[in-house]
Amino acid sequence: MITLYVNDARHDLDLAPDTPLLWVLRDHLRLTGTKFGCGEGLCGACTVHVDGQPRRSCITTLDEVRGRKITTIEAIPASHPVKEAWIADEVSQCGYCQPGQIMSAVALLATTPHPTDAQIDTAMEGNLCRCGTYGRIRRAIRTAAGEDRKRGKRS
Amino acid sequence: MSDIRKLSRRDFLKTGALLGGGLVLACHIPLGRQALAAEGDLFAPNAYLRVGSDGSVTVIVNKSEMGQGVYTSLPMLVAEELACDWKSVRVEASPVAPPYNHATFGPIMVTGGSTSVRTEWTRLSMAGAAAREMLVMAAAREWKVEPSACHAMNGVVTGPDGRKLTYGSLAARAARLPVPKEPRLNATRTHSILGRPLHRLDSPAKVAGTAVFGIDVHIPGMLTAVIARPPVFGAQLVSFDATKALALPGVVRVVAVDAGVAVVANGFWPASKGRDLLEVQWNEGRWSHLSSDTMRAEYARLSTTPGLTARKEGDPLDVLAKTPHRFEALYELPYLAHAPMEPLNCFVDPRPGHWIVRTGSQFQTVDRAAVAKVAGLPPEQVDFETTFLGGGFGRRGCPASDFVVEAAQVAKAVGRPVKTIRTREDDMRAGFYRPCWTNRLTATLDPKGNPHTWHHTIVGQSITAGTAFESAMVKNGIDNTSVEGAATIPYRIPHLLVDLHTTKNGVPVLWWRSVGHSNTAFAVECFMDELAHGAGKDPYRYRRALLAAHPRHRRVLEMAAKKAGWGTKLPPGTGRGIAVHESFGSFVAQVAEVSLDRNNTIKVHRVVCVIDCGRIVNPDTIAAQMESGIVFGLSAALYGEITLKNGRVQQGNFDTYPSVRMTAAPRIEVHIVRSDEPPGGVGEPGTPPIAPAVANALYAATGARVRSLPMLPEKIKAALAARKETA
Repeated sequence: MITLYVNDARHDLDLAPDTPLLWVLRDHLRLTGTKFGCGEGLCGACTVHVDGQPRRSCITTLDEVRGRKITTIEAIPASHPVKEAWIADEVSQCGYCQPGQIMSAVALLATTPHPTDAQIDTAMEGNLCRCGTYGRIRRAIRTAAGEDRKRGKRS
Repeated sequence: MSDIRKLSRRDFLKTGALLGGGLVLACHIPLGRQALAAEGDLFAPNAYLRVGSDGSVTVIVNKSEMGQGVYTSLPMLVAEELACDWKSVRVEASPVAPPYNHATFGPIMVTGGSTSVRTEWTRLSMAGAAAREMLVMAAAREWKVEPSACHAMNGVVTGPDGRKLTYGSLAARAARLPVPKEPRLNATRTHSILGRPLHRLDSPAKVAGTAVFGIDVHIPGMLTAVIARPPVFGAQLVSFDATKALALPGVVRVVAVDAGVAVVANGFWPASKGRDLLEVQWNEGRWSHLSSDTMRAEYARLSTTPGLTARKEGDPLDVLAKTPHRFEALYELPYLAHAPMEPLNCFVDPRPGHWIVRTGSQFQTVDRAAVAKVAGLPPEQVDFETTFLGGGFGRRGCPASDFVVEAAQVAKAVGRPVKTIRTREDDMRAGFYRPCWTNRLTATLDPKGNPHTWHHTIVGQSITAGTAFESAMVKNGIDNTSVEGAATIPYRIPHLLVDLHTTKNGVPVLWWRSVGHSNTAFAVECFMDELAHGAGKDPYRYRRALLAAHPRHRRVLEMAAKKAGWGTKLPPGTGRGIAVHESFGSFVAQVAEVSLDRNNTIKVHRVVCVIDCGRIVNPDTIAAQMESGIVFGLSAALYGEITLKNGRVQQGNFDTYPSVRMTAAPRIEVHIVRSDEPPGGVGEPGTPPIAPAVANALYAATGARVRSLPMLPEKIKAALAARKETA
């Protein structure tokens, strides 16, 4: 039995310890906002927070997160500045990578409230988007950081 | 309320013919999984919308939402004519049924060819207008006034004396009225919805993480399957030993299907681990010798021989033979994977006499028929439900229905609901690539330096040969998708020949965002650049002068040059490149600014993009699609290639098949031409011009002409060295 805390709820799981956290969340806890994209930590679609730090859940085993606090996209409130900015700046296209993008952006702003372009690059480089929403992601991060407020506003 | 499933083919054709004329909506809302919770109150005048007693407007969308914004743009078409409150609009994915067939492609439901807005414009506008007239009529009868004295706006009908009734309060009464045969469209130029950058209706769910993609589908008792696939295209399964896999906790069954050996388990992880434990023997078959290097050599050889003529003007071969000074170049493009962020997957529930499929498909009717065949059921007994698509780019519209058939076969074998999931490597190695192409271009110039002859020989596989689309797309041996953008070259050239060699091998190929244009725009727009430089002329002005007969090309070209500051000074080592291309009814010009770093890696700083897509629905969707098409095309231009060695695909994941990431993403500025032309597509037309714009900019910056994609550092290094040799 392995215990972990997901979005403030305790879970005791009888699963193989090498099960990636991604599949624990998706298949067993039915938290499907966290996405499978590559299985190798190459695309960032599976990004969650482990004790507040962004982690690729596809290459993080259940064993590694025993007793740890996991936060997924579902637990980031709709009123979070990053989620609001993502809608205001119309980031999403297919939307599949966006939960991972948002988790990376939330983690970035938690430690760096006013990131420079270079800091945004570094924080977001691991998150792929095949729809090419990078320009809007950058804009939304600035909006969430309290900059360019006006630009995000549309009807 | 008639059930559309009972409509005969004749009824469909009747409806289709009428719809083609933009007249009548004969079909009613389908019964079935759309729960008609408040049936008495619901107003469902046609298959495309419902109005609830609460005033909510549900638009039933027959196009798959894969990022291109159809869950917003198509409801906007309805809402504009319905004159409802945009905030009341919701979207529902349509089932597979005749009213939802493509308006021009025939009796199939399909999302592709950048056609959604273009082909649904009339049908959905009429649907909204019909509903509005009925709501207005209901109010007019209530007040005993003439409908012409009433006015509908924002979901409210206002009478001559200022009395008001909401759509919600009118819905039940409107439902009892006859559907107008010829609803009148808003003829004024003032729109309340169209032309506005309204927010996407699907954003909140996607940002919340609650949007359901195919891979998220789950029902109690469902199993997950991962399939061991052959190492070489066309290889046959000889035998397998599943002893170790079956011993793994969670593994339920191991079954052979056409695609390979499926490990079926309680979840992805045991299925995937179980697959690793399989021992499988394959007969590799005839394609185990395939190699990209030999294929390229063969394509280059073929390109020197006459192909089938796709277009001929004047006497190109005679003139070429008589002209000593020629320009000649070979442009080569590799196989490309679509690599949508959501790997292919499909859920199938094989209930007795009634199967359910849930997946992200661009090709529902074709996929449903394929499942029905596996099930041994008529297609009507297969419910096909479309989820969100985590990217499509053409991959989820496969005539072979590959990812759907394999799921159906596994479900049939185990007799339980199953979801198949491909890993990224499965997805990338299973074929259905953009074909690899070789283009040989030969030209001569007239005394003024303008092109006098142009000979473009294209070598590559046909996407539609051997599919149900062959008869429509292949004429006289020429697959139109192989020559589109080349045979339609807009420049004024008196002697012109475009010919084609269609090759065959075991690699499955498919449409990839912009299809043939992704090849031809690169070849045509790079070679045109070479001719301009060869003539000692400015590449922008050179093109412009040759486009006198094509004002829409010319306009986007001029506007792109102006917005980009063409001709103004750039920092040392930076160059500008320009390209213009028409595809899917739209005209796009792009100017790229690039430089080269010390490692011979291209940095694209800025892209200016101008599109003329005729009348527009949502300008922000258009901008987003241009940005998307550019980044998608840039990934292919800079990094993307699928190569084969001994029949094996050498790439597997995003490490070996890289894509543009945040740091490589250029600043993109999109400008939309104001136009009253018929609407054009926007999903694909942004992609074709970017690779030639970047290649041309690289030449402007460095003098290196790279004619082979992707533009990897080693190729750039070789091109720089070649430049030094010729200097």
